[in-house]
Amino acid sequence: MNAPDRKVKLTPTNRVANKADRGVGARMPLIDGIEKVTGTARYTADLPANGALVGKILRSPYAHAELLEVDISEAVKLPGVRAVVTGADCDVPYGVIPIAQNEFPLARGRIRYIGEPVAAVAAVDEATANLALSRIRLRVRELPAYFKAAAAREADAVLLHENKQGNIERAVHNEFGDTAAGFAAADLVREETYECAEVHHAMMEPNAALAAYEPERGHLTLWSVTQVPYYVHLTVAQCLKMEAAHIRVIKPFVGGGFGHRVEPLNFEVIVCLLARAARGTVRLLMTREEAFLTHRGRPETQIRIKLGLKRDGSMTACEAEVVQRGGAYGGYGLVTILYSGALLNGLYKLPAVKYDGYRVYSNTPPCGAMRGHGTVNIRFAFESLLDTMAAELGLDSIAIRRRNLLQAPTETINGLKVMSYGLGDCLDWVERASGWKERKGKLPQVGGIGKGLGMACSHFVSGSAKPVHFTGQPHATIALRLDFDGGITILTGAADIGQGSSTIITQIVTEVLGVDYRRLRLIANDSAITPKDNGSYSSRVTFMVGNAAADAAQNLKKLLVAAAARRLKVTEAEVEWYGEGAAVGADPDRQVAFEDIAEEALVGVGMLTVNGTFTCPIEFQGGKQRGGAVGSTMGFSYAAQAVEVSVDLDLGKIAIDKVWCAIDCGFAINPMSVEGQVQGAIWMGMGQAMSEETVYENGRHKAATFMDYGVPTIIDSPDIAVHIVESMDPNGPFGAKEASEGPLSGFMSALAAAVEEATGHRFRMLPITPEKIFAVRQEQIAAAAANEVSQ
Amino acid sequence: MKTILRLSVNGMPREDAVAENALLIDYLRDALALTGTKQGCDGGECGACTVLVDGQPRLACSTLAHSVAGREVETVESLSKGGNISRLQRAFHENLGAQCGFCTPGMIMAAEALLRNNPHPDRNQIRAAMAGNLCRCTGYVKIVDSVEAACGKERAL
Repeated sequence: MNAPDRKVKLTPTNRVANKADRGVGARMPLIDGIEKVTGTARYTADLPANGALVGKILRSPYAHAELLEVDISEAVKLPGVRAVVTGADCDVPYGVIPIAQNEFPLARGRIRYIGEPVAAVAAVDEATANLALSRIRLRVRELPAYFKAAAAREADAVLLHENKQGNIERAVHNEFGDTAAGFAAADLVREETYECAEVHHAMMEPNAALAAYEPERGHLTLWSVTQVPYYVHLTVAQCLKMEAAHIRVIKPFVGGGFGHRVEPLNFEVIVCLLARAARGTVRLLMTREEAFLTHRGRPETQIRIKLGLKRDGSMTACEAEVVQRGGAYGGYGLVTILYSGALLNGLYKLPAVKYDGYRVYSNTPPCGAMRGHGTVNIRFAFESLLDTMAAELGLDSIAIRRRNLLQAPTETINGLKVMSYGLGDCLDWVERASGWKERKGKLPQVGGIGKGLGMACSHFVSGSAKPVHFTGQPHATIALRLDFDGGITILTGAADIGQGSSTIITQIVTEVLGVDYRRLRLIANDSAITPKDNGSYSSRVTFMVGNAAADAAQNLKKLLVAAAARRLKVTEAEVEWYGEGAAVGADPDRQVAFEDIAEEALVGVGMLTVNGTFTCPIEFQGGKQRGGAVGSTMGFSYAAQAVEVSVDLDLGKIAIDKVWCAIDCGFAINPMSVEGQVQGAIWMGMGQAMSEETVYENGRHKAATFMDYGVPTIIDSPDIAVHIVESMDPNGPFGAKEASEGPLSGFMSALAAAVEEATGHRFRMLPITPEKIFAVRQEQIAAAAANEVSQ
Repeated sequence: MKTILRLSVNGMPREDAVAENALLIDYLRDALALTGTKQGCDGGECGACTVLVDGQPRLACSTLAHSVAGREVETVESLSKGGNISRLQRAFHENLGAQCGFCTPGMIMAAEALLRNNPHPDRNQIRAAMAGNLCRCTGYVKIVDSVEAACGKERAL
């Protein structure tokens, strides 16, 4: 027997108040924020692992060698050692790009960098595991090793991978428009070279994985720190030659990623190999140094760039050659080198672009994707050259960018669609907020302190429009589950790694359904429960998963409105939906509460599970040229920023006084989150611009700690003012686009411009360290002294 | 070799057999399951393991457990009392002082030590007190905002 309907008192105001608080556009705190501030959030290393074996990896001390033998006979004899695995235990190569899989979880036949995993041990405790590692003997024949792209490209260099001539993993050559005609038509043509050091993500949580093998069933469960649980799942199945259905992958809380974890990583396969070999549970906690060696960061890059401008500042042509030192394996490399060329486009009106890119193998840890994937170093070069040429033409930095704005909707010469474009508004705000007109070039130089202002623009994709795997499935899927208790569970495979995607999804569902957000629960990233998601990369989640979440909520709402109509004995069209209930539109006192609607909706069918999906239509998936999918997206974010610096002219030390950034993120689903993402992106750009650098000496990582590598501290970090421009993208969820990668790549050239004003020298090499400034200052002082003498 | 360690953790007296070479962080995480205290680096660089010893911030990863015998150790788990999170925890939550959250317990403990000594620090004093704590997500702006908010100050930006 049904209980009598609950009495409700709903007004349109209730619903609006709830949505203003927690729907889209609200400054909603993270839905998992309480766990983070109380310390109850469990990251992989925090998971209960009583009785788990301790895993340890033996890493190569050789930069390049034939691996003749891995002798584990002494290690396996040790009491307490439960498993030892080597390359012999896995003969299946893996890699995130299906056409470029050339890496083994444990080296087979050849070692290609210092730090490459060669063997692994599972033992009853850490001391035994370490002792076992020390008993493993490697027999090798060393090969010539190459630590710079130029050395690896020499004609007589030994090939790291047999089928890759010149150690070139991928060469890209393309031309769009007529660059020769463009340069001929230009009033000013300049060509410069730039160099950027290799950088690393340095996310705060070290790598960790826990694998439980159930020998009786042959099932395996893996908990890992991944941004892409789906790719990890496929990779483990492939490498262990297991049915994917016998594997379960769970992502607990993850302490950042920034691209380090957007591809399956060797340790994720290794821990599974160990667990299966030991027929039990193995926990692998890795050091900070091991994170640096696993790497997948932004490659060391040399850039030659040429630009043509008319006297009024309009661009006529651009030509760029980019060489990336990619490290020992493919990883995301071919995508990185394609991105550098593709995203020369899409920011300004550029009628002709010629691009030559070379991704080179080297005996250093493999590079991969890092925040701003492939676009950061080329943007530093482009914006810097544009700035210096503007000065030569007597044009202001902001004015020359205004001269070259796009007008949306439009399509670039390489087939990228620009559907919304708020860069003009971004420039206006940055100009006002930084006091650009009044202050640029007029800052007082006090004592030994030089002052400067610089600015630049940048952009990034809101998700790669073509997924890595072609499955025919939607690009994003969300499920909503409603049962007897009236609670709605959001099931998502989107990996929240701290960027707040679970919160954004919750806000969207709250907005569409209009329910109290506390009615919602979100469960993410358990392959046994949640729908597949392609992962948290290329800033795809808000755009794609956000659209899928809105679709799912709309589908559920349809069922709920129908149920409300049945309870109210009216047609669906007569129902006024209040979220926490519904009423008859013409007679608002006839109401029904959400609980009763939910009860009605379940009659005859039981628990409801409703899907929502999103797929980028084919026309957004890029140009027809080879590699044309890279850079394709349904919406570009745009950013402009200004940086003010004080440079100690004696010590060469830069202090960032303030940064102003305007971001066109389409629409801010959570403005506080947008601010946080923009501040984090700019700050990460600051680290690359000023201090961060991996350093190898004969292939050995010399800076595999936070301090040696140069992560900026809170003392080095400025206040960053963020302004949100809402261009309302026609395809984004509620108009939203990405906000967390685009702003990064503008920082470097904005800084270089500010430092030029302060010191009189334009740096074309990153990072711009005190040592480099000091050296330039010494030259300036010597030149001035020589000048005085000669007079 | 294990010997008896007597100390107070989060207000509770404890007596445990602990290896003489055990680090405080391992004692807290492995023996007491207080996993709020994080290990982010290979020792002494990131501050994610910051706890309070007699009210002063200390790196649990670089402290021998037996060296704090007889002392008062406080971890992030002590701040939330009876279901009420502390003003700092609330401020970090409401102002997005935590993104991935991994550095957050250490950040909050460093800020807790600061506010006990100086209830109304300015932004530079906040930065100075938290210089030993790294964050890779926020650019630190909203961390400074959060500490200010916990002191009842409006956001400066």
